[in-house]
Amino acid sequence: MAALSLDLQILNTIAALFLLLAFAMLSQRRVVTLVKLLALQAALLCIATLLLAYRTGETHLYLSALLTLLLKVLFLPWLLNRLIKRLGVYWDSEPLLAISATMLVGLLIVIFSFGLAQPIVALASTATRSGIGIAIAVVLLSFLTMITRRKAMSQVVGFLSMENGLFFGAMSATYGMPMIVELGVALDVLVAMLVLGVFFFQIREQFDSLDLHHLESLREDE
Amino acid sequence: MINWSIQGIEVLLALAAAPLFAGWIAQCRALLQNRKPPSIWLPYRNIRKLLMKEAVLAEHASPLFRVAPYIVFGTMICAAAIVPSTGTRLPFSNAADAIALVGLLATARVFMSLAAMDVGTAFGTLGARREMMVGFLAEPALLIVIFVASLISQSTALPVIAERLATETFVLYPSLAFTAVAFALVLLAENARLPVDNPSTHLELTMIHEAMLLEYSARHLALMEWSAALKLFNYACIGIALFLPWGEATGDAPTAAALLAAIPMLVLKLAVGGAVLAVAETVFAKLRVFRVPELLATAFLLAVLGLLVHLLLEG
Repeated sequence: MAALSLDLQILNTIAALFLLLAFAMLSQRRVVTLVKLLALQAALLCIATLLLAYRTGETHLYLSALLTLLLKVLFLPWLLNRLIKRLGVYWDSEPLLAISATMLVGLLIVIFSFGLAQPIVALASTATRSGIGIAIAVVLLSFLTMITRRKAMSQVVGFLSMENGLFFGAMSATYGMPMIVELGVALDVLVAMLVLGVFFFQIREQFDSLDLHHLESLREDE
Repeated sequence: MINWSIQGIEVLLALAAAPLFAGWIAQCRALLQNRKPPSIWLPYRNIRKLLMKEAVLAEHASPLFRVAPYIVFGTMICAAAIVPSTGTRLPFSNAADAIALVGLLATARVFMSLAAMDVGTAFGTLGARREMMVGFLAEPALLIVIFVASLISQSTALPVIAERLATETFVLYPSLAFTAVAFALVLLAENARLPVDNPSTHLELTMIHEAMLLEYSARHLALMEWSAALKLFNYACIGIALFLPWGEATGDAPTAAALLAAIPMLVLKLAVGGAVLAVAETVFAKLRVFRVPELLATAFLLAVLGLLVHLLLEG
């Protein structure tokens, strides 16, 4: 391996940890821990953005890091924790697939997305381009988390982690999106979170549970 | 010639230090659990006591049962000679690479399990089956851990890997972080440590390693316990060679002085490693046997992730 500069090495390590956290979320049954992992993932994203901002000298990345810190590391986990307490959902029910089977599927997804990223990596010119494969893997793994869970809460956490993965991908491929897009996405996430928060209460009022499995039947009576 | 004598001294040192390492871990564990720690020399006294006793064999024990302790002990000594614990250029280190080393450890496991089934007691068979289950799940993870290190240093020989990592300029390898965790899990499983098996239990339903030794007594039991300690010591040294090789004597023709200088470093690393192991054992609760595959699947997953991360980020 050609000697990389130290900050790139740290960025690569963060990318690896990012992937590890996605797997940790995939295997986690407790919703509270899931939220903690999400906050940790966002914190890693924040550190990576800061390092990249320092490396490239782009000021808007500093703003992006600040936004990540305030919104995704502090506010969203706080909101989620409050919702968990109000709704009393601490555990997800048994996931659709056994944990070890999910992990193996996850492994295949990682191999698939690394293959998928290969041509993109070959075209990209940024120093952080090797993170693209990891970002795709994290997005798909979060998707898998959403698919295999039944409770609305864990699905929302999967959704947010997917968003983190997208940000990481944008950062690795093009040193971050334009400020206006980033602000738009941040606002979207915030609004989505608030709307989903209201939805949780509605769902629970209707079905006495947050299990989305109840939403599948379309009949009006019952 | 001098190299061979140094090699001999290294093996003798490993033989002498292994029970001490086991005693140190037991002491750390006791301290962490607010118990009065047993003497650090207890494993030695135990071995001496067992050696002085008269051996009792089961009536239907075949010669295999009697030979097994010597074979297991012999393979562990071989492994101790192969693993580079103080110096990387010792003559015996080139005799086998890391894959052969895994095979050597597997040989010991096979003989131990055969001996456990030989007498035909229920517990022995139960222990042997469980041991084989743990073994076949842990081995692929261990091999992939070794492959990642081999990919980084372009060699499957442990001494070359250790020397490469110890002498190059410091580089952060994310893949090695993954594999280090995987290796730690494999170490716990293979050495019958706490989340998988409790080394101090004699509760029949949960034990794996102890169940296999139930029929042994006196010198046979002493050898088996000594080889268990030696196995743990070997695993710790493999871990050190793969992940913390700094401070070992490297380069051609190791001088006695360089090897002597490497010993305090090794002792320090082992002491810290043993303490960490004791903490892990205090924090973890014993897993149900059916959950053990999940733990080892995690180890395998981490090792494969390390491999993938290496190919993507460090290739």
